[in-house]
Amino acid sequence: MPGKMEIKLKVNGEDHKFSAEPRELLVHALRERLNLTGSHVGCETGHCGVCTVTMNGKSVKSCTVFVAQADGADVTTIEGMGTPDNMHVLQQAFREHHGLQCGYCTPGMITRAAKLLEENPTPTEEEVRFGMAGNLCRCTGYQNIVKSIMAAASEMNSAKEAAQ
Amino acid sequence: MIPAAFDYYRPQDLDGVISLLQEHGDDARVIAGGHSLIPLMKLRMAEVPHLIDLQSITELFGIEVGSKIRIGAMATQSDIINDISLASAAPILKEASLQIADPQVRYMGTVGGNVANGDPGNDMPGLMQCLDASFLLRGPDGEREVKARDFYQGAYMTEREDDEVLVAVTFDAPKGGYAYEKQKRKIGDYATAAAAVIISKDGSVCKGASIAMTNLSDTPIFCTDASNSLVGTSVTADDIKKAVNEMIEAIDPAEDNRGPVEFKKHAASVVLTRAIKSAWERA
Repeated sequence: MPGKMEIKLKVNGEDHKFSAEPRELLVHALRERLNLTGSHVGCETGHCGVCTVTMNGKSVKSCTVFVAQADGADVTTIEGMGTPDNMHVLQQAFREHHGLQCGYCTPGMITRAAKLLEENPTPTEEEVRFGMAGNLCRCTGYQNIVKSIMAAASEMNSAKEAAQ
Repeated sequence: MIPAAFDYYRPQDLDGVISLLQEHGDDARVIAGGHSLIPLMKLRMAEVPHLIDLQSITELFGIEVGSKIRIGAMATQSDIINDISLASAAPILKEASLQIADPQVRYMGTVGGNVANGDPGNDMPGLMQCLDASFLLRGPDGEREVKARDFYQGAYMTEREDDEVLVAVTFDAPKGGYAYEKQKRKIGDYATAAAAVIISKDGSVCKGASIAMTNLSDTPIFCTDASNSLVGTSVTADDIKKAVNEMIEAIDPAEDNRGPVEFKKHAASVVLTRAIKSAWERA
């Protein structure tokens, strides 16, 4: 019977060390070991995107990564992006533009959108839709999600300009 | 969904990978991006007692672009999309990669995994046949090259031996026009039908053509007769129809949740017609 292995993970800037079976999925390690329950479990087949986190600078679906593969990785979850008192621009924009209804897909939407805007700070609406194609929402019809991301992009860009 | 337990290895060089493969035979599998293998393991359609992760093997990464192009097995679809010199030397790779899965999957999905897995739904095998690419395989006795057009034997059955690793794909920079056309039910889905086409032109005459089809048989289908039928023509609507008819003779689709055989043949005709038109316009 295969045994456990020592896993090191940096999550939201904090180092963690634990022992786990290699087959454990990253999303379960985040939720059940580290109590970071913002990354959700939806389809479990790599389609819906509710488990999206940033791992080593890439948006990944944490239900399709074994914790063993993530050993040594640097991970950012929704909890690392903002707090209720100090929301990320994207979180603020989703609230203002009603970019969610039930909210289940929202953590994945926001973690993915953050990476998208990092790579392309001035996307067209079409680029937002294409860049968000790995995240499903069954409530909103996407219209307000796209609106929220576009609004966050312009907010981030004006903040950048103001800073210069 | 939790897969069966396995032992995990992360060797630092290829010799380490090959000796693990020799030790464990077909109880071992290498994992690249894992986005084909992990879902199969979670569904318990694949059991892998010994999983060998390639993420630390630096020689498998990288894309080299010259008159000859070499793409390391661990290069991801996202790497391909963002490689500016590759996009200019062989733009069909970017065009096809953008039609694979979704952004998150493209960060993880690799060229090596896509071609070595032998899944008839994968897009890169047909594309590599269209490009007449070679696959470099490294085993205990060294390296050998197998043509993409000779690599696929059946669904998940390839020329690769159990103790070999696919380390890179190589091909000559393609000349002429190109197109990758894919019909799918939704973004992220495998193809109902897909066509890879490269056409070169001499004045207003087609000088060379290469056509390969995806997910229309248990292997990708390189369509020799359809390709040859275009050569010497001016690629008129009638010439395209002839090539499409030759392609229909070469494929062998099966009925599944993407539709009945007749529908798949129809979808194949549509994507190939579009791909030939577009490749000819770009030639």
